[in-house]
Amino acid sequence: MTRRRLLLDWVWPLAVFVALAFVPKLGFSIPKLFDQPISSPGTLTVLSACLLFGALALTYDIQFGYTGLLSFGHALYIAVGVYLSNIAITEWHWSFWPSILFTMGVAFVLANVLGYVSLRVSGIAFAMVTLAFAQAGAVLALKDPHHWTHGEEGLGADYTKLPKALVGIANTKNLYWLALGFLAAVFFIVRWAVESSPGRVWQAIRENEVRVEVLGLRPHAYKLQAFVLSSTLAAAGGIVYMLLYNGSSLGVTQPNFTLVLLLMVVIGGAGSRWGAVLGGILYTYLNDRLIAVGSSSAVEGLPHVLRTPLEQPLFLLGVVFILIVVFLPGGLAGLVARGRPSGLRKLEEAIRPGGATGGVVENPMTESQEGV
Amino acid sequence: MSTFILLTITGLGLGAMYFLIASGLSLIYGLMGVLNFAHGAFITVGSYTTWWTSVHVFEGVHSNLWHFILSALLGLLMGGIFAALVELILIRPLYARHIEQVLVTVGLQLAFVALVQGIWGPDPKSFVVPQWLHGTTDVAGAHIPNDRWIEITVAAIVLVLLQLFLRRTRYGLIIRAGVENRAMVQALGIDVRKAFTLVFAVGGVAAALAGVLSGVYFNVVGPEQGTSLLIFAFIVVVIGGLGSIGGSAVAAVVVALTQQYTNYYASAGIGDMVVVLLLGVVLLVRPRGFAGAVVGGRA
Repeated sequence: MTRRRLLLDWVWPLAVFVALAFVPKLGFSIPKLFDQPISSPGTLTVLSACLLFGALALTYDIQFGYTGLLSFGHALYIAVGVYLSNIAITEWHWSFWPSILFTMGVAFVLANVLGYVSLRVSGIAFAMVTLAFAQAGAVLALKDPHHWTHGEEGLGADYTKLPKALVGIANTKNLYWLALGFLAAVFFIVRWAVESSPGRVWQAIRENEVRVEVLGLRPHAYKLQAFVLSSTLAAAGGIVYMLLYNGSSLGVTQPNFTLVLLLMVVIGGAGSRWGAVLGGILYTYLNDRLIAVGSSSAVEGLPHVLRTPLEQPLFLLGVVFILIVVFLPGGLAGLVARGRPSGLRKLEEAIRPGGATGGVVENPMTESQEGV
Repeated sequence: MSTFILLTITGLGLGAMYFLIASGLSLIYGLMGVLNFAHGAFITVGSYTTWWTSVHVFEGVHSNLWHFILSALLGLLMGGIFAALVELILIRPLYARHIEQVLVTVGLQLAFVALVQGIWGPDPKSFVVPQWLHGTTDVAGAHIPNDRWIEITVAAIVLVLLQLFLRRTRYGLIIRAGVENRAMVQALGIDVRKAFTLVFAVGGVAAALAGVLSGVYFNVVGPEQGTSLLIFAFIVVVIGGLGSIGGSAVAAVVVALTQQYTNYYASAGIGDMVVVLLLGVVLLVRPRGFAGAVVGGRA
């Protein structure tokens, strides 16, 4: 590994996460961005949600951005994390850690089974099968045949069973650190995974699946790896979600939840770690903030025609999303990183050291030394 | 027995709406390879235009049949125009980039639902219809709501018209050929892009019609109604085979009846679940659906 990569991929991110860890200690306030002081529970809750959605967007990006799998059912695995952990704790009266382990185990097995089945088809058909499975999960959570999820009421977590440090307004900063820790963990796991040799195959599949097959590899197994990693991390994120929001509600089971993750990833930049994370953070922040802007006095004064759209965050974010898809492929991150070597080229170089065929490669030697 | 008849005819009424939505989706996917999420918006344009016209132009009393028909026709017109504009402005610039096209329609659908909620609020609006539609007709002891006949008849007429259009007109021929092999049609020197706009407009009108009928069926129109119908229409399209109108019609009936029977005889909600699992099974066992092009074969 070159020194530049070590710095860019590990040292700088670590520095950023460590710096973010000091946020709950900040005493001042930033008037325009947040209504309350930074260290107040209100602001910290918003920030925790931002960090969590940054991480969830990144788990989706493993499939969509890095492997080129368009799934409409990612919410299913998040919902498994949100609901199953809570059901185990609150309805079955298990203690905390066994519930967490059980949830992760179920998510892992479920991702393997459903992934194996769904990945038999590709492209739009894959999107539809994942949507169908997620919809089945959503119906199950809504209809609640065993009286576990409590349907539309949602299921509040039994806080006596949760770790003391994660309960109550006074402990909001601990939840913030939990969300931050989860984001950091996902970030480094994704960095490690996508630069590993299977990770390079994922990116090659995204670029051109047929060529990967011609190189003698079986795409199905690699796609399943990416799917399982992404889904299992999503379930872990679901558990953090449950702790953050003190329970489970049907929102996370809906198809729209996956679509929103897709919006985040595309706005930030698919196939880029910082892109997906920033997309998730920005989206969540704006979604929260635009509601406040919508009811502010500046907007109140506007004529009705202008005011109505401004009061709807999803409208504005949807429009931004469309503009980015049309005019800025690669999202916000694409502004920074133009002309990086593509995943397929990396793979071919890794397999045949020094054998860059055509096209301008920034530095063929360092790329091949990192090889498989 | 009377329950069974009621379930069957209600199922056919629901299937009629699925078919109207699925026929457009199916043609659009078959011809262009675009999975059109914005179809939900077309449904909403139809239902809300009709509702708005009836309230603001005809002052709310729909008991007049002609006022209702005029409002509905305006809804269909708006649906068609809106769909054609979506194709021209958003889909065409992304020609042949299928994933981006899907993403744009997803964004449009989400933004549109939010906009409708912003303007008219999240609550469903009551949809006033001519008096006769509130009555029932007795068939073998079952009290069938009259609106079901309208839905079934309209869908049957649309099915016949679409088939005539596809089989008897020049544009229909181009569309059918394009679904089979778009590259060859282009190689023959025919501008397929006009056909793209046309299928969007036709699909938009059919979806708007489904929107109007959903107002009649549920007695309300709401911002989320289009989205929930859309998911089942997707299922119908895939099971029926992409690009096949006949397949969509059969699949719409199968899906709607399965849903109705299971929801009643098993337990509410199980029907929805059986249908989505049916989709999974069909895709995995028979990726072509009952008839039509290979799903995802054009990626």
